[in-house]
Amino acid sequence: MKGTNLGEFEELVLLTIAAMVEDAYSVAICDDLEKRTGRSVKLGVVHAVLNRLEEKGMAKSKLGEATHQRGGKRKRYYTITNAGKSSLLKAKELRDQYWSIIPPLSLKRI
Amino acid sequence: MEQRKPILPPRWATRLLSWYCKPELFEDLQGDLMEYFHRNVSTKGTLRAKSIYVVDVFKFFRLYTIRKPEILHLLINWIMLGSYIKTSGRNIARNKLFSIINIVGLAISMSVGLVLISVISDSFSYDRFNVHHANIYRILTRYEYLGNKDNNYMATTSLKVARMVKEEFSAPQEVAVFHRGYDGDFKVNEKIVPLKGMWANDAVLRVFTIEMIKGNPEKALNEPFSIVLTDETERKLFGSEESLGKVVFLRDKSYTVTGVVRKMPQFSHVKFDVLGSLSTRAILEKDNRQEESWDNVWSTWVYLLLPERADLKALKASLDELSRREDPTVKNTHIELKLQAMDNIMTGENLGNEIGPVLGSSILWVFTGLAFVVILSACFNYTNLSIARSLKRTREVGVRKVIGAMKSHVISQFVVEAIVISLCSFVLAWLLFILLTPYLISTGPGLDKLLTMELSPLLIVYFILFAVFIGAIAGFFPALFFASVKPAQVLKNLQTLRVFRKLTLRKMLIVIQYCISIMLVTSTLIMYRQYKHYISFDLGFQTENVLNITLNGNKPEILRKEFSEVPEVSAISQSSMVTSIGNYWGTNMKYHANPLDSAGVNFNMIDENYIPLFGIKLLSGRNFQSRPDSAKETEVIVNEQVLKRFNIAGGDPLKAIDDVIIVDGKEMKIIGVIKDFFYGRANDRDQQREVVLRNVPSKAEIMSIKITTPDVISTYAKLESVWKKIDSVHPFEAKFYSEQIEKGFDGLIAAVKMVGFLAFLTVSIASMGMLGMVVFTTETRLKEISIRKVMGASERALLYLLSKGFIILLAIAAGISLPITAIVFEQVAFRELANHAPLSFGDMFWGVFTIFVLALLMIGSQTIKIARTNPAEVLKAE
Repeated sequence: MKGTNLGEFEELVLLTIAAMVEDAYSVAICDDLEKRTGRSVKLGVVHAVLNRLEEKGMAKSKLGEATHQRGGKRKRYYTITNAGKSSLLKAKELRDQYWSIIPPLSLKRI
Repeated sequence: MEQRKPILPPRWATRLLSWYCKPELFEDLQGDLMEYFHRNVSTKGTLRAKSIYVVDVFKFFRLYTIRKPEILHLLINWIMLGSYIKTSGRNIARNKLFSIINIVGLAISMSVGLVLISVISDSFSYDRFNVHHANIYRILTRYEYLGNKDNNYMATTSLKVARMVKEEFSAPQEVAVFHRGYDGDFKVNEKIVPLKGMWANDAVLRVFTIEMIKGNPEKALNEPFSIVLTDETERKLFGSEESLGKVVFLRDKSYTVTGVVRKMPQFSHVKFDVLGSLSTRAILEKDNRQEESWDNVWSTWVYLLLPERADLKALKASLDELSRREDPTVKNTHIELKLQAMDNIMTGENLGNEIGPVLGSSILWVFTGLAFVVILSACFNYTNLSIARSLKRTREVGVRKVIGAMKSHVISQFVVEAIVISLCSFVLAWLLFILLTPYLISTGPGLDKLLTMELSPLLIVYFILFAVFIGAIAGFFPALFFASVKPAQVLKNLQTLRVFRKLTLRKMLIVIQYCISIMLVTSTLIMYRQYKHYISFDLGFQTENVLNITLNGNKPEILRKEFSEVPEVSAISQSSMVTSIGNYWGTNMKYHANPLDSAGVNFNMIDENYIPLFGIKLLSGRNFQSRPDSAKETEVIVNEQVLKRFNIAGGDPLKAIDDVIIVDGKEMKIIGVIKDFFYGRANDRDQQREVVLRNVPSKAEIMSIKITTPDVISTYAKLESVWKKIDSVHPFEAKFYSEQIEKGFDGLIAAVKMVGFLAFLTVSIASMGMLGMVVFTTETRLKEISIRKVMGASERALLYLLSKGFIILLAIAAGISLPITAIVFEQVAFRELANHAPLSFGDMFWGVFTIFVLALLMIGSQTIKIARTNPAEVLKAE
């Protein structure tokens, strides 16, 4: 089992999956990330990350129904697993801990 | 699709993706790409969208997307191999007719392929025995007179070039020189042996890998008047005696034997019986100013041994520089030099003045091209018949697929089957090859000396690889066809399968095969007609029953006396050469009216019996008269063309008599004018040759004997026994004139044989293919025929119905191939051929006719069989 640590981009993707609930498939995730982060997100990168997340057991996928769009090809929908949820929470807790110990002064000047 | 197709990304990119991508990832990945693609089409335009799609396909080539090599599948193929071979055997046994057609067809074409392989392997093993073969180069020469660039490169160059290169060039390590003409009757004690050899310098023994049996290789060819023998020659000259240091005579000069070398191997383009030291010529030809002149480029072969990775461009530049410097030493002449690698001599361009017989690239290309045509034709057959039979086998494929065979398995099954068939035909082809080689080697003049066609183990490996390769090629298309069979469709209802979709392709294949066959058959007939035309060509004199005997240095007087005692001999004449078989002797001539106009004329030196013997027509004046050898040459007989060329007496033969011309620097009186005859050859481009007949009986080389008996064989034997009495050394070299003329067209008859042979092959392959097709179509239409018969169709109507389609195909083939043949001959082949016979439509007709008869036999035999079957039997079975 690979580590349960999440990279920054992995975390974002996983968050998106969690946020989109039922409609999380590669292209939609891509679009959403682009919209929110404002940076250009490459499909290839997202795809690789999705694949990795699945390997780590943080997300699982299943093929949807065939439609007339996409040349009749089915979409692969991702959902977050419990392992995924817990690592997201863990990451959030970690950050919150750090936020709580930062003195308010040191951030003011930014 | 029900509506117009939307814009799609490039198909090849999708294919690539599906090829490398894991199957479980492929679907959504491609879907994503499609979604992006459609989005890009609307925002960025089709072209950009397509390029982005392609780039993305490449970008997705990542570790996690790549399909793992399917070792299991490969393994299954291996495990199944036994099964494939077993089913192949069963299939071959089940369809005996088709299998025989396929095996025989492939065997015939394969035997041609085998011949090709052995020819190529023979010609590429030439000269490889030389240790330095890759670094030996020969100097080639192109001779240009008065800016005439028509001449091709020759293998020879001049002695001057050899000397200059040796003295001035730094690159070559050694310069080996051969010079023509060290041959003749060699004499040891009282023994005379005619031998062929060359002058050679000392470097020859170092450049070429020649094994020295006796003597010192460093010194053997240094001293003048040294001779080096081959072991074979040593046996001929000295028997078992010691030869080293002994003296051998040639043309009254004595040469000391300084070495004995091993005879040159079969695969050497240089061959000789003896070598004389080149330094001898410096003494013998001391007064010959021509010996080392720049334009004496006809008799010397120069080979350079260059270091590894020599700078050939720099060397060529220095050769050009040499030409620039030396050209002014000879008037109006430019000599162009270049290098040829020794490895290319056998297989490279066709040059004049070769040192020995050479195959040349053109014959290799012809061979390859023709072999390719034949093999392709047989592969067509295989493909054609396999697909034709497919109806019966699709069900088998369907079952296989349902059980779980993948596309690749079906493909390998059918390819294995084709390979099994091709290996069967290989055995047959081998037998054919062994039968064919002697025939093929005998077709080309000199081929027997060039090629051995012996089978080495490596060659056998090549052969088997070749058989497997042919099998794979022949089986690939049927395999693809079967692999794409959809099992559900086949198993549900066989009739829905559209096998006949491929019918146009198969028809095309048949038309192509018949086109090739018709072209080859008509070409053979046309070429044979040319050959006949040339050998019976009216040369302007009579050649019937004339025997030409090479004198080989014998005194003509004695021979003449002895020969004339043979009762069947009616006339004897002497000449210096045999005309009209492609020999040319030339000299210079001038006419006093225009002393500056000197031109080359051809000549023959004859005696007074020559003109009557050959029935050459004297237009005016008289024949030569008998004169002693010692008398000065003062008289000459010329042909009409000489009068025209030099404008003598306004071209009037009567007035030209007693006029004086200068031939070969001597003033001579014209005593007769003869009608023009073909001096060179019947297919000579330059028909109007100026010919001068001179009366120098002492220069006789040939004795011509006219025989007046139908029994030429016994007369020949009589003459031969007379010869044996007078000359015991030389064999009796006598040839009938007609034989010599035929020999002059050896090349043409060899081509006729070759093309004829190929025509035979392609016709038989095409006929077999046709037979297979006819059997197939008639069998599949059995039910239809039976119903028609029951309804009252006559046998003739059925026959017409069944064969109509094939006859149309044949007609199309004839319609395509005949004009092509006619155009090829009229526009290409005949342009090169002077005095050719006109293109005969009779020949073409007969060519097509024979093929049609064969094909109709094939069609008729099958259709009649079907048309005569009892319809009740067929319909009962259904």
